[in-house]
Amino acid sequence: MLDKVDVLIVGSGASGAAVAWSLADTRMRIVCLEQGDWVKPTDYPSNGRDWEARLFSDFAINPNRRARPTDYPINDANSPIKVVNFNGVGGSTIMYTAHFPRMHPSDFKVRTLDGVADDWPVDYATLEPYFAENDRMMGVSGLAGDPAYPPHQPPMPPLPLGKSGARFGKAMNQLGWHWWPSDSTIATSDYEGRARCINLGHCTPGCAQGAKASTDITYWPHAIRAGVELRTMCRVREVTVDASGMASGVIYYDAEGKEQFQPAEVVILACNGVGTPRLMLNSVSAKFPNGIANSSGLVGKNLMFHPYAQTYGYVDEPLDGNHGPPLCLWSQEFYETDRKRDFVRGYTFQFGRGVGAIMEAIISSNAGRLPWGDDHHSVYRKLLNHRISLSAICEDLPEEHNRVTLDPDLKDSSGIPAPKLDYTISANSLKMMDHGIARAKEVLAAAGASNIAVESPILNGGWHLLGTARMGTDPERSVVNEWGRCHDVKNLFIVDGSIWVTSGGVNPTSTIQALALYIADSIKQRLANLFD
Amino acid sequence: MQNQDLSADQVRDFRALAGMIIPASAVYDVPGADDDKIFDDILRNLERDRDDIRRALSHLAAIGGAAFADLEPDHRADATKAFREVGGAPLAALVRVVLLCYYRDDRVMRSLGQEARAPFPRGHVVEQGDWSLLDPVRARPPMYRTVD
Repeated sequence: MLDKVDVLIVGSGASGAAVAWSLADTRMRIVCLEQGDWVKPTDYPSNGRDWEARLFSDFAINPNRRARPTDYPINDANSPIKVVNFNGVGGSTIMYTAHFPRMHPSDFKVRTLDGVADDWPVDYATLEPYFAENDRMMGVSGLAGDPAYPPHQPPMPPLPLGKSGARFGKAMNQLGWHWWPSDSTIATSDYEGRARCINLGHCTPGCAQGAKASTDITYWPHAIRAGVELRTMCRVREVTVDASGMASGVIYYDAEGKEQFQPAEVVILACNGVGTPRLMLNSVSAKFPNGIANSSGLVGKNLMFHPYAQTYGYVDEPLDGNHGPPLCLWSQEFYETDRKRDFVRGYTFQFGRGVGAIMEAIISSNAGRLPWGDDHHSVYRKLLNHRISLSAICEDLPEEHNRVTLDPDLKDSSGIPAPKLDYTISANSLKMMDHGIARAKEVLAAAGASNIAVESPILNGGWHLLGTARMGTDPERSVVNEWGRCHDVKNLFIVDGSIWVTSGGVNPTSTIQALALYIADSIKQRLANLFD
Repeated sequence: MQNQDLSADQVRDFRALAGMIIPASAVYDVPGADDDKIFDDILRNLERDRDDIRRALSHLAAIGGAAFADLEPDHRADATKAFREVGGAPLAALVRVVLLCYYRDDRVMRSLGQEARAPFPRGHVVEQGDWSLLDPVRARPPMYRTVD
């Protein structure tokens, strides 16, 4: 048996890295187990001529397609939206667009304001200092003064508008609608050892330049220097409990496939909104026959994704194509609830810069736009670098039938039962998506685009995995309390997107990390009586 | 050309089909997808799609009633049309691999006015744009809901 540690963190991604770094100053013995490995800058696709092709192989965004030895399969057959993730040091911050909006103050009060779902047990004001600290640690570029948000000051200037951004800006001004340069974790100046963005243009599957923040190059170097031990290629099977029902540690398979037991005083789960409920449901004991900390029956339930409705078209002049980070602007014109609409809550528009040569060919071929035969070449030349797109990222409200369970047959390479998703898009979300598509068509028309097409929902659009171990003050209606501690197991914490009560209508990484820092601070403030 | 995942007949059929998907063009001075170099690249990159491609080629041969590569032009065109209507996911995978390899060939990229190089380390230039476009938005009052 390994020596007992004070804190054991499972998962090294957005939240696991943040909580490890924050807790490091306690000088406790902290170990983090990560099922993937370090990714070297030279591993990233933008180093090679096959940079686009690798989006369909070892850097595919869907883990079932990517199927690395470090990935686990997900049965997503009963979901119109497929999971996107990455398993490695940095987790899915390796595989994200670096779009970094915060939740809005209203997002934490949806029951009070709109009479739906539940209010969060924390609010924007409580999280505000953690948002700011996280912006500094991750290195955020952006522009102060956005009227859609409470004031904040990103540490670096915004990403360039480019040709597509300017075209969108003019169109939005013509319509009188809000738009603003996005907060992004892409460095626009040299920042804390990271080189500035040089527009490799292929940001999502990792940045060879190191300009895009992923936690392997932001939080982890600091945490490791402060004494945190990060063990890679360690796949956790279950959280164990002692006779009193407290977490006693975890059983995992090490890099050689050998079963290990790591005892710990405190266990923190940071495996995302699918991986965390999977691990909890796999952690069965006499005390917890339905999965650890699951007396509410809510572990795995209320899965939220953010359905994406993408609309795109083509303009006459060549734009930026794949040059530059793919996202640089947002609009929150339709973010807050408007009672005149036939849905509650709202969405963010994120504006797409363009795609590369192969992606254009594949998308247009699948859509029937790109013919076979002699006309192929002439048509393709009217498409490449002429694309302009925007996506409505829609707030998904919690519904218990949307859930993560364990697949009875499917297992990962270690023999651990895999997650199974059952998910449908709600009527409210569908109305919101339709609204977004209609408004997007107005934007594209104002931008001079034609040949308009829609992908709704984006099939491989399950970037945001939320809600499956929700927070709250009522143990019968939530899994963790207002500072991330499981109601049922007082030395078990959850810090990832599982604990979200509602989803907002924004990319969640900024808020996930702010919450993780807040929970870490809550732990530090209560060390003397943490288990009371 | 040989491939360990496909039979010799399947390789011939695949090459014939690739040339029908993207033929050579003198107008644009580009090879077709059945070009030696490009098709060799295709065969070396079946990867995760090899099973689907095998299925697609078997289906194509069944539709044509004989080896697709040996069909007369009219019969080949008919078989292609029928295949496109019923080929489904296996055909989509086959076409994807053709496109993945075609649109990274140096000759094709040059014809498209693209630089035939990896993005790193030179990167690209993206213009800053006119930030005064934001002036009307800057003038708006706060639009987020207050909660207190």
